[in-house]
Amino acid sequence: MTEKIKIKSKNVNVYYGQKKALDKINLEIPTNKVTALIGPSGCGKSTFLRCINRMNDTIDICRIEGKIIVDEEDIYSTEVDPVLLRAKIGMVFQKPNPFPKSIFDNVAYGPKIHGIVNSNDELEELVIYSLKKAGLFGEVKDRLNDTGTSLSGGQQQRLCIARAIAISPQIILMDEPCSALDPIATAIIEELIDELAKNFTIVIVTHSMQQAARVSQQTAFFHMGSLIEVGRTDQIFSTPSQKKTQDYITGKIG
Amino acid sequence: MNNLKKIEYSLKKRKRQESRFKIYGLLGIATAVSFLCIILSSIFMEGKKAFLSTYIKLEVYFDPDIIYTSNDQKEEDIKFANFQKIIKNSLNSFFPEISDKGELRKLSNFISSSEEENLMKLVLKNKQLVGQKITLWLLASSKIDVINKNPDMELIAEEDRLISDLELNWLNEIRSANNIKSNFNKNFFVKADSTEPEQAGIWGSLVGSFFTLFVTLILSFPIAVAAGVFLEELAPKNKFTDFIEVNINNLAAVPSIIFGLLGLAIFLNVMHLPRSAPIVGGMVLALMTLPTIIIATRASLKAVPPSIREAAIGLGATKFQTVTHHVLPLSLPGILTGTIIGMSQALGESAPLLMIGMVAFIVDVPGSFLDSSTVLPVQIYLWKSTAARGFVELTAAGVMVLLSFLILMNGIAVFIRQKFEKKW
Ligand SMILES: Nc1ncnc2c1ncn2[C@@H]1O[C@H](COP(=O)(O)OP(=O)(O)O)[C@@H](O)[C@H]1O
Ligand SMILES: [Mg+2]
Repeated sequence: MTEKIKIKSKNVNVYYGQKKALDKINLEIPTNKVTALIGPSGCGKSTFLRCINRMNDTIDICRIEGKIIVDEEDIYSTEVDPVLLRAKIGMVFQKPNPFPKSIFDNVAYGPKIHGIVNSNDELEELVIYSLKKAGLFGEVKDRLNDTGTSLSGGQQQRLCIARAIAISPQIILMDEPCSALDPIATAIIEELIDELAKNFTIVIVTHSMQQAARVSQQTAFFHMGSLIEVGRTDQIFSTPSQKKTQDYITGKIG
Repeated sequence: MNNLKKIEYSLKKRKRQESRFKIYGLLGIATAVSFLCIILSSIFMEGKKAFLSTYIKLEVYFDPDIIYTSNDQKEEDIKFANFQKIIKNSLNSFFPEISDKGELRKLSNFISSSEEENLMKLVLKNKQLVGQKITLWLLASSKIDVINKNPDMELIAEEDRLISDLELNWLNEIRSANNIKSNFNKNFFVKADSTEPEQAGIWGSLVGSFFTLFVTLILSFPIAVAAGVFLEELAPKNKFTDFIEVNINNLAAVPSIIFGLLGLAIFLNVMHLPRSAPIVGGMVLALMTLPTIIIATRASLKAVPPSIREAAIGLGATKFQTVTHHVLPLSLPGILTGTIIGMSQALGESAPLLMIGMVAFIVDVPGSFLDSSTVLPVQIYLWKSTAARGFVELTAAGVMVLLSFLILMNGIAVFIRQKFEKKW
């Protein structure tokens, strides 16, 4: 592949206590493309995703070996501040988790704590911009002061996406963002992911192969803590080179 | 078919089991409720009498010969005048036939001794009263009050009764002249303790309780919340923090009197803080309340879903921002509920306060954290252990006041929990 590489993992091993969850992961993720991580439940997709923004730091028993390089910099080197890193790498979680605050405050929170905006007008502009980007503004413009938790599941998830993009990250990590949503809400979010890929590098974990096929340009298949195969999405789903991949996409394992 | 029969048979058994269980539950509740009713109604029946006191109407003649002992009619004279004699004379004018000294003394005991000072103050304010005769309602002494409120006591044999047959006759004469009435007992709500039941009030110990609980709250709330947040959110999980955790949980189970002994040993004997003072009582109760609030704080921090923390951390909030912006506000209702419950425990606590001398007989309403004072439960204990019959009603009334405050505080706790609890 000739694309620019945004994230590069080199021999990444992850342990939870004594248990090894990821084994020698080497994966390159291209800039401004959607990369899907697929694989059976418990294979370590979320673990890998959470290594990219050092979310695993919050788990006491979690230990990471190897290197993850984002923009030529090893994010696990001592000079890197994980708080700063997370401002650059946004995350959307499996279950929509808006703060129990107003819709406006949900989106405004990131810009506020990072001191991105200088005035209230600027903040309002940014909140509206982010909500528009997340395709939610039309539905909530009359009730920005309602609590985020009063929205439907799909709307909540888009609110979380708006909240993530409000601090203009370069990368957005999504951990099964549609698993708690109905098909219509899922379709809306998938469309949104296509749109966002123009400006962001997106890594999405999904248990649905159809979803991976629909939204991603690159797909990585994980199995029992190992990266089995990675390649262009169309190629992975049509002519996988590994037997295990073949078995998984045909439903023999999973 | 055979199987279905078996299931049917066992189903009957299971249903019987269930209904038996229900009956046990209902019986348990019925017993608990009836005990509660008995306790509350007996307290209420007795205590409500304390909210009224008895007054006797008298023609009071402010005799200048008694009041002005010197020729130049100074204010000093009024202050030291023998108002006891004025009251005695007023009673005597209602019962002109009595002349025996001993009987007259008994008669003058119908009126509360506090009225002497009240009359003195009245004359000091209105000097033109001297030489005049006016009609006044004077507070009856406690024994008259008790007999008047409990008519069945008149039937008791004379030697077991609070007053003699003679006194009872006088009382009946006053009654038939319509010179006796029951009115709101203001003393109970504005005075502190007294040796005379009719002059004793709950206000002094209420203020003492307020000062004490204020100190308790100011000390325990910030310390306990800080400790809870540190242990739950920031401290590394290791042997040392485990050790602290175990000890805090144990501390919550330590009998309160131990805290009193600790207060006596450290606050009084080492630090030489004033004895019987709300500040020391507050410190002792704060020690006792700390573990309660710490445990409540940790429980409500734990109850905040991890997804909220992840959301904040994922946005690049620091650990501290995550806690102060999201986790703590969400757990505040739980923390406040725990605090109020801890405070109402402290309000009802008496044993540790006995240790640091808050059991003293205190006639003045405390004015500061350093004044000697007592607290509600100790005041109840003091009244209960006093012999005079009039204190029986005061004790019950004191319990009513204490219970009202406890119910109020727990009501606030329930309100906070329902109002601010977030649902996910
Ligand atoms: N916090 C944790 N503590 C201990 N083990 C964990 C933790 N999170 C995940 N694991 C383990 O790591 C493995 C990979 O989990 P995960 O990355 O969540 O899988 P996936 O997202 O692919 O379903 C699983 O075996 C899981 O049990
Ligand atoms: Mg997962």
